[in-house]
Amino acid sequence: MRHRHLLAIVLATLTLLVAACGSSAGSDGTATTKAPAADGSATTEAPLEGEITVSAAASLTESFTDMGKAFEAEHPGTTVTFTFDSSGTLSQQILDGAPVDVFASADEKNMEKLTDADLVKGDPTVFARNQLVIVTKPGNPEGIGSLADLPDAGVISLCGEDVPCGKFAGEALANADVTIPEGSVTRGQNAKATLAAVSEGDAVAGIVYVTDALAAGDAVDAVEIPADDNVVATYPVAVLTDTRDAALASAFVDYVASDDGQAILEERGFLPPA
Amino acid sequence: MSVRRRRPPALVLVAATAALLLFALPLIGLVQRADWAHLLDDLRTPGATEAMRLSLTTSLAATALAVVLGLPLAWVLARTDIPGRAALRALVLLPMVLPPVVGGVALLSAFSRRSPIGSWLFDTFGIQLTFSPAGVVLAEAFVAMPFFVITVEAALRSLDPRYEQVAAGLGATPPQVFRRVTLPLIAPAVVAGAILSWARALGEFGATITFAGNIAGRTRTLPLSIYLQLESDPSGAIALSLVLLLVSFAVLIGLRDRWLGGGRP
Repeated sequence: MRHRHLLAIVLATLTLLVAACGSSAGSDGTATTKAPAADGSATTEAPLEGEITVSAAASLTESFTDMGKAFEAEHPGTTVTFTFDSSGTLSQQILDGAPVDVFASADEKNMEKLTDADLVKGDPTVFARNQLVIVTKPGNPEGIGSLADLPDAGVISLCGEDVPCGKFAGEALANADVTIPEGSVTRGQNAKATLAAVSEGDAVAGIVYVTDALAAGDAVDAVEIPADDNVVATYPVAVLTDTRDAALASAFVDYVASDDGQAILEERGFLPPA
Repeated sequence: MSVRRRRPPALVLVAATAALLLFALPLIGLVQRADWAHLLDDLRTPGATEAMRLSLTTSLAATALAVVLGLPLAWVLARTDIPGRAALRALVLLPMVLPPVVGGVALLSAFSRRSPIGSWLFDTFGIQLTFSPAGVVLAEAFVAMPFFVITVEAALRSLDPRYEQVAAGLGATPPQVFRRVTLPLIAPAVVAGAILSWARALGEFGATITFAGNIAGRTRTLPLSIYLQLESDPSGAIALSLVLLLVSFAVLIGLRDRWLGGGRP
């Protein structure tokens, strides 16, 4: 008797928990009712409003932050929230049910994981390309001139082997026929962490995207990787099927591909899509 | 009316059950996701054995450092009247509440090759702490030593001073008093503090990856290995997680008299 009583309470608790989770997800779905702001800009569509979450590769941190501000300025009443991390981490989060409206990946593989799982609305759009570069301490004290100098230079910072920038760095090193012993490689969780090991930490050099090196400014020096060895990263973006606001999410994706969006990306060092 | 109720009120029971589930469900999930058939294979991969060996050696070294430096510090905090003792104690406890990644950034500021101390160490002795197992030990000791110090300090404070006074009255020198009387009396606390700080050192992640980096065989300890593998090799990451879970249980069992209500007079 007492045991049944206890069981009932446990079950009631569980039901409450599940109900709480369910209702919070539901309330997220209701549209916000902010008054549309007076909009004198050139847009002719119905005024957009509401909030979306964009998961974007760490290498897009600066450009997409700019992009979000420009988009919000053009569509008052909208809010774009970003999550920046390695594309692999982000795609895994989305597969695990993270409430995300737009995904921008630093490689095609992680986007394919989502298209294969039927989580992408329509087809992904390639909106930018990026290349790799060697970064060193300011002034390049070790005198690093090429990939071939890396194995003997000291601790080298690379992205994790399953992170796009780490995979691409591995390809570039293979193209140049260079092997860095794993005992002198520190692996960052994403492009920004990999850069930080050089700019903040004691790694003598690293391989990151051209755009990351540019964003770091004076904190690092960049050494070009010849085109024959370099790898071109292709960035696709897509609206996800679970989006709470398909119109707003599509508008943001359109903005990324628009002339304004492309200008922001170019300013940050990205190459236009092929 | 008895203070101890036979059955708690329903609302209390509901909240307590929810709290218990919060602890239990993730652990059950971890155990249930494990690939038991391949568990041993997952733990025998070169990466896993390397990480386990490195974690074991660095955490033991960090514990040794915590004991050797922490014992005098605990004694100073418990037995002396130096000015600003409250502030000193707060400083010692800070790493317990500080986010470990902040600890890592702080260690970088003090000991990276671009810092005054770090550059001096490197130029004079050729010692580089970052990206080295020694750096891992330093990061682990930074977060783990407070556990040792507060445990031992509490034991020293609750010690009846008459034992030491009698020993001194019988002609024992202060070092003799400490070795023959004080140390045996606080030995259980020293052991418990060492075990606690070892467990904390073993699980250290944020300060380690920030300060010592993530180099296979040199600084990639168990938690770093779990984090890096989670995407590429989830079953390997879960196998390593189970190892840490098992160690945590063993530590709890080892400390049960001290922490789970036993051992009281």
